[in-house]
Amino acid sequence: MLREIRPAISIFLLLTVLTGGVYPLVVTGISQGLMHHQANGSLIIENGKPIGSTLIGQNFSDPRHFWGRPSATSPMPYNGSSSGSSNLGPTNPAQIDAVKGRVKALKDADPGNRLPIPVDLVTASGSGLDPDISPAAALYQISRVAKARGLDRAKVKQLVEKHIQGRQFGFLGEPRVNVLELNLALDNMH
Amino acid sequence: MTANGILQISFYFVTLLLLVKPIGWYMARIYEGNLPVFACWLAPVENLLYRLCGVDRKDEMNWWRYAIAMLWFSLLGAAVVYALQRLQWMLPLNPQQFGAVSPDSSFNTAISFMTNTNWQGYSGESTMSYLTQMTGLAVQNFFSAAAGMAIAVALIRGFARHTSQAIGNFWVDITRSTLYILLPLSIVLALLFVSQGVIQNFSPYKTVSTIEAPTYDNPKLDSQGNPVAEKTTTKGQTLPMGPVASQEAIKQLGTNGGGFFNANSAHPFENPTPFSNYLQMLAIFLIPGGLCYTFGMMVGDRRQGWAVLAAMTLIFVCLLSITEHYELNGNPGYASLGVDQTHSNIQAGGNMEGKETRFGIINSALFATITTAASCGAVNSMHDSFMPLGGLVPLAQIQLGEVIFGGVGSGLYGMLVYAVIAVFIAGLMIGRTPEYLGKKIESFDIKMASLTILIPPILILGFTAMAVLVDAGKAGVANPGAHGFSEILYAFSSAAGNNGSAFAGLSANTPFYNLTLGLAMFFGRIWLMIPVLALAGSLAAKRRIPSGSGTMATHTPLFVGLLIGTVILVGALNFIPALALGPVVEHLTMVGAH
Repeated sequence: MLREIRPAISIFLLLTVLTGGVYPLVVTGISQGLMHHQANGSLIIENGKPIGSTLIGQNFSDPRHFWGRPSATSPMPYNGSSSGSSNLGPTNPAQIDAVKGRVKALKDADPGNRLPIPVDLVTASGSGLDPDISPAAALYQISRVAKARGLDRAKVKQLVEKHIQGRQFGFLGEPRVNVLELNLALDNMH
Repeated sequence: MTANGILQISFYFVTLLLLVKPIGWYMARIYEGNLPVFACWLAPVENLLYRLCGVDRKDEMNWWRYAIAMLWFSLLGAAVVYALQRLQWMLPLNPQQFGAVSPDSSFNTAISFMTNTNWQGYSGESTMSYLTQMTGLAVQNFFSAAAGMAIAVALIRGFARHTSQAIGNFWVDITRSTLYILLPLSIVLALLFVSQGVIQNFSPYKTVSTIEAPTYDNPKLDSQGNPVAEKTTTKGQTLPMGPVASQEAIKQLGTNGGGFFNANSAHPFENPTPFSNYLQMLAIFLIPGGLCYTFGMMVGDRRQGWAVLAAMTLIFVCLLSITEHYELNGNPGYASLGVDQTHSNIQAGGNMEGKETRFGIINSALFATITTAASCGAVNSMHDSFMPLGGLVPLAQIQLGEVIFGGVGSGLYGMLVYAVIAVFIAGLMIGRTPEYLGKKIESFDIKMASLTILIPPILILGFTAMAVLVDAGKAGVANPGAHGFSEILYAFSSAAGNNGSAFAGLSANTPFYNLTLGLAMFFGRIWLMIPVLALAGSLAAKRRIPSGSGTMATHTPLFVGLLIGTVILVGALNFIPALALGPVVEHLTMVGAH
């Protein structure tokens, strides 16, 4: 029983130094040296100040901006320090009501829009920080954004199409539009 | 399913199966002490470790000593993780100045990471210091994985050796798993993750100034202490930081699954792109898949390894198609709301609640099926929001004992125990003494195999029954009706199965759940390892009998079918009534309502 205690403690300590100290420090050193931008959060810097990360979505509710996925983080949507989802079950009445409410908000903001509403625009993401929407969800919002900004629809559509990211390497994942990057480009049009 | 969906899934499987042989060959060489040339430069480090620790690599252990060593190592790990959480407020590398974690949550998390479960009752970004994450949790990711691999190799030796008391040296197996296998793979994987955008730093959290300044209801207490909502406007967003990539790599390779952040692999800083997602899924199955080949090599008949792998792959593909089908079909409850759930080139469609746009349905359902087939438990989408039958598959896979690839080591030893049961059943049918790999399977072996298979259902069903009977158990439920029962059943399945994923609506960070889930995790791990080691010891001591005309071949499609049948039958007999009360009822109610 007791003769295994010495190796238990010493193997534990030495391997801890290796896996809990040397390993993360080596990875940090190489990452900070060779991939500084990614290792520090892929930040977007404007006028010397960080205004967001391309990987982390922000909350948009102004009709002049494209809106992202609904976010279930608390107390406010897109709370970066508290990621998470709604965890509502598919048959929970609260879930159906939430979707109903989001459909209504989209329709109220753009009463003339007859396009079907893409499902990702009315369902909360897994992280609550999803930076992307589907191309369909961006195309759906063109009429509202164009109207609110007094812009030509075709021009907004052109901008959206420029921001559609295809599948990675042509086949992995799903096509998407980064909402923060699209809105920044939109703001910089003027 | 679209052509692209099939392409993505096929690409995953083809690349995985191509890697099985090289990684399996490499692991066999490492465990046999026959280092390949390119790994020899690490040998001086290994030797130095043994010298400093007083380990003699020639000093092989019987199963009892092996089990004692495993227990000491595991308990020490749990104690250190507990202490780190309680003391993190006074230790360095805590830029957010998090306080001590509560005793019950610390207990739960310590057991959780020691047992390779990685159930997370806490929310990482608002609870754990960098020091706790890095030297407590990530270290246990290595150690619990290495322990699983060690036990699997000990069982393989039980089959490979004859008339021997020894099944290997635990300290050597742990050291080799860590030094030659887990560490090098983790370094490569972590750097690939960083290239995709996974963060790796020690900075304090960053605050950025957002484009819009949205108003939200901030819950506060008024002067009388009543909760009220206060309109608050903020133009700042806090971005969490930390050494994430290094932890992410071992989290997947070791089938641990404990996320740095609350949202786990759905969080863009943990899993930013479809390629990082592919790598994570590959990492989960890499070692469990490779170990099948290692098994074949070490017992001297590679076809035995391929047969086990074939059984795993066949069950997996069937279950995957169920999840994909129900998630792609979407939620019939939205039909009347004018919501478009079709799968096309401009949207993922389907049931997108709790899923990320970049992964869509294909990669979320695939990830969910992989993470619960293995005992990983990482999630890139929220299983609680899956369709009833889409969510049944993850739950059922955990209950099958996570032998479909399974956890590193634990998957293989679980499946080999099922193989022992399968030859036993076949032996009963034809009236001969069962043998597997030249070893007579006798009464003691069947008792140990039965213990391994019966303990998880007793823990899962027993604790679930208890939780639905007491108020403290019911209080945590988030969704009404049958789905609420599924949440509790999933929690105890996940804990006793050492998976760690959740129907996360359940509020499990309470003393009741922290304690009961902690016990389920502990017994679900240790009480399986000990009978498996006893089985290994018993097998190693037996003489090898030459195969004759009456010996059932265990590398044929017939045996693969028998093995699959055994897994499904045992799982189904144990859990169909419970599953019927949860996801099945929910599905039928949903179909009835539309």
